[in-house]
Amino acid sequence: MTDHIVKSYDEELNRMTGVIAQMGGLVEQQISASVAALVRRDTERAAEIVAIDRRIDMLEDEVEQLALRLLALRNPVAFDLRRVTTALKIASDLERMGDYAANVAKRTITLSKLEPIRLSLQVPRIAELVQGMVKDVLDAYVDRDVEKALSVWGRDEDVDAVYNSLFRELLTYMMEDPRHITPCTHMLFIAKNLERIGDHATNVAEQVNFLVRGKTVEEERPKGDMTAFSAVQ
Amino acid sequence: MTEREPDMMPEAEVEAETPETQYRASFSLKTKDAAGTGADAAVPAKVTARDVCVFYGKKQALFNVNLDVAQHRVTALIGPSGCGKSTFLRCINRMNDTIDGCRVQGEVRLDGVDVNQKNIDVVQLRSRIGMVFQKPNPFPKSIYENVAYGPRIHGLAANGRELDEIVEQSLRRAGLFDEVHDRLHSPGTSLSGGQQQRLCIARAIAISPELILMDEPCSSLDPIATAKIEELIDELRSRFTIVIVTHNMQQAARVSQYTAFFHLGHLVEFGSTEYIFTNPTEERTQDYITGRFG
Repeated sequence: MTDHIVKSYDEELNRMTGVIAQMGGLVEQQISASVAALVRRDTERAAEIVAIDRRIDMLEDEVEQLALRLLALRNPVAFDLRRVTTALKIASDLERMGDYAANVAKRTITLSKLEPIRLSLQVPRIAELVQGMVKDVLDAYVDRDVEKALSVWGRDEDVDAVYNSLFRELLTYMMEDPRHITPCTHMLFIAKNLERIGDHATNVAEQVNFLVRGKTVEEERPKGDMTAFSAVQ
Repeated sequence: MTEREPDMMPEAEVEAETPETQYRASFSLKTKDAAGTGADAAVPAKVTARDVCVFYGKKQALFNVNLDVAQHRVTALIGPSGCGKSTFLRCINRMNDTIDGCRVQGEVRLDGVDVNQKNIDVVQLRSRIGMVFQKPNPFPKSIYENVAYGPRIHGLAANGRELDEIVEQSLRRAGLFDEVHDRLHSPGTSLSGGQQQRLCIARAIAISPELILMDEPCSSLDPIATAKIEELIDELRSRFTIVIVTHNMQQAARVSQYTAFFHLGHLVEFGSTEYIFTNPTEERTQDYITGRFG
């Protein structure tokens, strides 16, 4: 797309997109760092992660301010308007992802104080999947690549599948020994946090689709999280 | 005055088959976004333009324009300077006749009747079409006379009292009466710019036209006067069909239901205003409305 006649308009739009990219990069780091800290029971690193979350919140505020300014001063329409509204939504999705990563770190600190339990391989597996989704959806946003965004959208099903199996696994541990209940419950929340990050990545994918095509995704997203209906007896 | 068609277009099936009804039935409003993006395809067309080409001498100013103006709706014509939007507007009431060397090809139909037919009385035609220009241009007469002039020459009032009523009602509809009721006999030119423009609108509607053409009616007005005119346009559309040329895209977005984008003499895209301003199909439209034309 060609540039605006008024250069400062482009600069403001690009600055807003730049802050989103910065947020995205930070969120990616936070997710991988939080899972690494969990695996290594590294409480120091976990505490850092919790502190860094504040920076993501500040970046979200910055996106909001830039967006409001653009709306008030530039009266954006069509694609430009979609750039502003999708930036607002994506920023709030990224902020939530950051919160979930910080929550993983907080639970890591608690878990380190408890007896170590067998860490299911499924947790790093979920983390790996959602990290890939977040990375790809941010690339899709920057490149305005609908195909890539929609592929992320479809991949959430894989995350749900791993989460379902982990859910059952953790229930089984808890049934084996009641002393596992506390760490396993934390682990369950950690897995749920990671799974939610995947859901937010699909939201971002929908925004990328809307940004580029000006239409919402018609088909219903495949939903694979069946834990709401699960019971182990 | 000739017999006018009733405002509502009867169902095509029950109406007697005449060339005119056939014409109207075959050209119910068609827009590019008829596939459910907000355009109301059921609205009958007041004006239908088919393959309209306009030449100023050897220079072609309009190229095969096909456009339907929906009845009781506001249609905005937008586009950069020199794109042909005013030229198109002037085809509707044959204002281009007044320009030497100007040639119009194609058909412009008002209620199915070609306005360029030889037997069309231009004065009669223009009595059905009011026009408001960029700069307020009241006659150098009193406020009252400005509004009374049209109805008087067209014999719309049987006596002085009826004329008074037409003047008052027109001024009221133009949102001006309360401001001028105690000085109807002061010169029209003594009013402020915004008031003068509303006076011109009162003058245009005094002859009960069916269609009002507005060529950048707010370009010399301040934001408050502009807001009043825009509010007025919205009220007027229940009685009249309005075509407005504007350089102010926000204004087009605010006042119109349909928007046509012209560029270099071509009609690039036409559709519901919401559609044109949110997700136009044509890249040129998108570039223009978002301020990207290089």
